[in-house]
Amino acid sequence: MVRIIVCVKQALDVSQIKVDAASRRLITVDASRKISDFDKNALEEAVRLKEKLGGEVLTLTVGPEDAKTTVREALAMGADKAFVVSDPVFEGGDTLATSYVLGEAVKKLGGFDLILCGEASVDSFSAQVGPRLADRLGLPVVMYVKKLTLDGDTVTVERNLEDSYETIRVKMPVLLTVTKELNEPRIPSLMSIMKASKKEVVLWKAADLGIVAEKVGELGSAIRIVSVLAPRVERKKVVIKGETPVETAEKLARALIQDGVVKQVKV
Amino acid sequence: MSEHHGVWVYSENADLMLELLAKATELASMLKTETAAFVIGHEVRAQAEHLMSFGADKVFVVDHTALKVFNSETYLSALTTLVKERKPEIILFGSTRKGKELAARLATRFAVGCVPDCTNLSLDEGGRLVSERVVYGGSASATHVFQVKPQIACVPLRTFERAKQTEKKAEIVDVSVGQFDVPRTETVEVKPLEAGGGKLEEAKVVVVGGRGVEKKEDFKILESLCYALGGQVGYTRPLVEDRKWFKGGWIGLSGIKIKPMLYIGCGVSGVIQHVAGIRDSQVIVAINKDEQAPIFEMADYIVVGDLYEIVPALEAALKKMLAQS
Repeated sequence: MVRIIVCVKQALDVSQIKVDAASRRLITVDASRKISDFDKNALEEAVRLKEKLGGEVLTLTVGPEDAKTTVREALAMGADKAFVVSDPVFEGGDTLATSYVLGEAVKKLGGFDLILCGEASVDSFSAQVGPRLADRLGLPVVMYVKKLTLDGDTVTVERNLEDSYETIRVKMPVLLTVTKELNEPRIPSLMSIMKASKKEVVLWKAADLGIVAEKVGELGSAIRIVSVLAPRVERKKVVIKGETPVETAEKLARALIQDGVVKQVKV
Repeated sequence: MSEHHGVWVYSENADLMLELLAKATELASMLKTETAAFVIGHEVRAQAEHLMSFGADKVFVVDHTALKVFNSETYLSALTTLVKERKPEIILFGSTRKGKELAARLATRFAVGCVPDCTNLSLDEGGRLVSERVVYGGSASATHVFQVKPQIACVPLRTFERAKQTEKKAEIVDVSVGQFDVPRTETVEVKPLEAGGGKLEEAKVVVVGGRGVEKKEDFKILESLCYALGGQVGYTRPLVEDRKWFKGGWIGLSGIKIKPMLYIGCGVSGVIQHVAGIRDSQVIVAINKDEQAPIFEMADYIVVGDLYEIVPALEAALKKMLAQS
């Protein structure tokens, strides 16, 4: 029997973000909200473990109230119950503030064996909340897990660092952040989507968790956003086209030599 | 006035350490404070002595048998003790997978901010640290200003120039950390990974294969061009995760970021996550059959064509032209 908490973030679909060319500001209103990609890998792994060993999978989300709809997908994928912590006072919170809220929510959820998080969220990609949450809860953490095996109360994981590959053993309870290589998240069947509509989504407010206002939102944040702007693209965008591939290649070769980026070749 | 002072740097990667040190020296001179580099491990005196002559005022050495093998918990207990005792103003970590974990957890212990993967760092008029990083899968750059100290930022490899050797020698300070946390994770095995090794980040020319490359063996076409140009071959994330041709080390926001003099993308569509990893290349060439490929939006040279025809022809053309001159 395992009790697993999966942290699920409602993220922006970054492929749908548009840019206002003049101001370089982002237009995000039309971009849809979804469960952040790597969180689905975390969820898939949790559900597989539950299917094998029995137990319970809970999802935990901090975000706007409409996340209640987004997390339905997690329930359809096999989570038993979803918890959404939402409160206007959380707005503008950074990873320090968010991990505080998550930590208080985990305490309220009670005992667990594993907390699984995606390696990072697809929108902000900071990879901060997982290790921050672990540290708040006094848990050991292993980040970037790409393979996981459970044996009794011990988890053995594999992960890639930039220049090495590690196998790590750790006793539960532990927090793991996982990469896309871990598994292929299932696409829920119509049947499981229907079943999921009967599962419970619990909404918690700040007061339900005894959260202190000074520790959340902008007030509780250690960094403040100055601006979020699309990068300037200053590229030549010269189309190179010849009658034949060989002619095209020659034109390109000439341009590269002229730019001084190719000076010599090894034969 | 803040009681925090000093700009500290730490990375387990020796190259990154020198790059961080250069930036730290710049920030420290503006803040009129000192710089300190950290060396953590067992029998690391030589490393510390090497670092002495790269502009730092101090090199802190934490040398202990408990630190022989990297473990984030023992390393963190050393860092936590030092930060508590000496209260730095800024700490720069290398934005490696190990570095980011240390930074995030250290920041949590002191209830302060931490910005990973910084592409730039500066100071505002109040002397507070200002960071820039790529967000939304590469669609934007976010600028943040820190509100509390210590201000912790992580910087990826090759973001800043390396510190130069100086006449000035740093003072080596041996620090003892009373007690180390007993690590709860046990590293059973460490094996070197074939990919990376900093070669891509160093390369002046990078030829990258994307999904347009049909078979892994076809990479030899790219390798041949690369050999001629004295460059390195790279690849995109789908070739690792979907096709399993490589074990890791893809180029992109979540992988290796490069800024070569010349980038040649072959059959690379240019999703924003990839583009975020190549944005700082001096010249970008994109070769793709699909004229709608997003990479063309950020290329200097756009070639709508078949990489299997263009790449060998480009190699031949360059050889011909440069042999003549």
